[in-house]
Amino acid sequence: MNQTELIPHLFRTEYRKIVSVLCKLFGIEHIEIAEDIVSDTFLLASELWGLKGLPENPTAWLYIVAKNKTRDYLKRNSLFAKKISKEIKSNAATSEEIEIDLSIKNINDSQLAMIFVVCHPCNPAEAQIGLALNLLCGFGVDEIANAFLTNKAAIYKRLQRAKEKLRTEKIEIEQPTLAEIDDRLSTVLMVLYLLFNEGYYSPNQDVTLRKDICLEAMRLAYLLVENEQTNKPFPKALLSLMCFQSSRFDARLNQNGETILYQDQDASLWDQELIAKGEYFLNQASQGDTISKYHLEAGIAYWHTIKADTKEKWEYILQLYNQLLLIDYSPIAALNRTYALAKANGKKEAIIEAEKIKLTDNHLYHSLLGELYTDFDNTKAISHLQDALALAKSPADKMHISNKILECRQKQL
Amino acid sequence: MKDFLLVYRTDYNTMPQGASPEQMQASVKRWMDWMGGIAAQNKLTDRGNRLVPSGKVVKSDNVIADGPYTEIKECIVGYSIVKANSIEEAAELAKGCPILAIGGNVEVREINDI
Repeated sequence: MNQTELIPHLFRTEYRKIVSVLCKLFGIEHIEIAEDIVSDTFLLASELWGLKGLPENPTAWLYIVAKNKTRDYLKRNSLFAKKISKEIKSNAATSEEIEIDLSIKNINDSQLAMIFVVCHPCNPAEAQIGLALNLLCGFGVDEIANAFLTNKAAIYKRLQRAKEKLRTEKIEIEQPTLAEIDDRLSTVLMVLYLLFNEGYYSPNQDVTLRKDICLEAMRLAYLLVENEQTNKPFPKALLSLMCFQSSRFDARLNQNGETILYQDQDASLWDQELIAKGEYFLNQASQGDTISKYHLEAGIAYWHTIKADTKEKWEYILQLYNQLLLIDYSPIAALNRTYALAKANGKKEAIIEAEKIKLTDNHLYHSLLGELYTDFDNTKAISHLQDALALAKSPADKMHISNKILECRQKQL
Repeated sequence: MKDFLLVYRTDYNTMPQGASPEQMQASVKRWMDWMGGIAAQNKLTDRGNRLVPSGKVVKSDNVIADGPYTEIKECIVGYSIVKANSIEEAAELAKGCPILAIGGNVEVREINDI
């Protein structure tokens, strides 16, 4: 890796670590001071490394400079030091002696504590995801705006507002107590789930960016699974789901970032190592006595890693969707359940059930009915596919639906 | 949308006795497919529960009697709560309930939340 590649890479991996440690040291109300110190550190790195070449150990260099800058800051701002670092001071006679612990253990502990802060329910989900990308994943405002397909100003405002909220609510940067952990953990898992989906289902065509988001979500889920206190069945089930889903990452997108439908995917591109990891974590997750939507979705994703199109497979998938809908309704689950119903119980029953769902403003609903009516009543199939075409937004979806209409027309001849 | 209670009743004596694992699995599938269909319409409030046959009935003079007697033809075997715009729509949802296939019935009652 040369210098131009190394700095963005280190920014991605190290920025969030140092920020977490400093935030934990300073408290949430001084989140910006922590961010400024770390940004300054990287600025200095890009200036100096360009002139003098790379240091022997760039990461260690960043840590030392960040530590020095923090001490300088505390020295210069005696008011801050007096008011804010009372707790820090109780352990150190002067600000020079303040211990800034950038050990792996403290970095992990700080990041875990930060996960709970970032995913605090005082902020809406959209803001939580933005904050997670920014503070936990080291994404800049540009990249987040790109991922959400929106402008920088909107993201900047959203992040500022969310940080302000954490400040005014005086959220403590610490791991929740055992009593509150289950409650807080469920929000954290929801945010990580949404973060992963943001990467997995984003209409953005930048495949690298989307993959990075998925990997970051997995890294954070893994952080939970690795920690004794949060190493519970639900995080393991979520991690399992993420492994199964991402095993198809390379097979489900073409080079233009457009989705390749499941039945058209090249199964040899499915990542067997990730599938094996998914199975491992799903087994691990099955040790508790409660079942979450992550368990059910991981189960569904597991069956999708088996290419053979058997009735047995679809029966399992149908029952998992039935259970999923009983605990957590979503339009996409309702549609997928109906598709599984067609595969397990036959098209006739599925058409009756599909007509009852009535998600008439969703292009996927009409695509599903188009699919179910194909070979059954091709006129109706075409009519639904035309509705789907009118509602679809992405060029890839439109093209796919148009092809289906052509196929149906040929069947009518 | 209002909530409606579905009460499943049947004659315990006509229920299949000593069902094989396959028959039991098939029965579970019928119930899950039916409820999954209601949930897919986003009209399931509470999947409810099945009830065990034996119970007690407490009467006004504090006498506790065994019962309800499973000999009676229409014994409550379970319940669910669904949501619908009208009692007619709720009754429509009850069609296809697996209890009907074994000679039982579904009572549909609007829940009057105070």
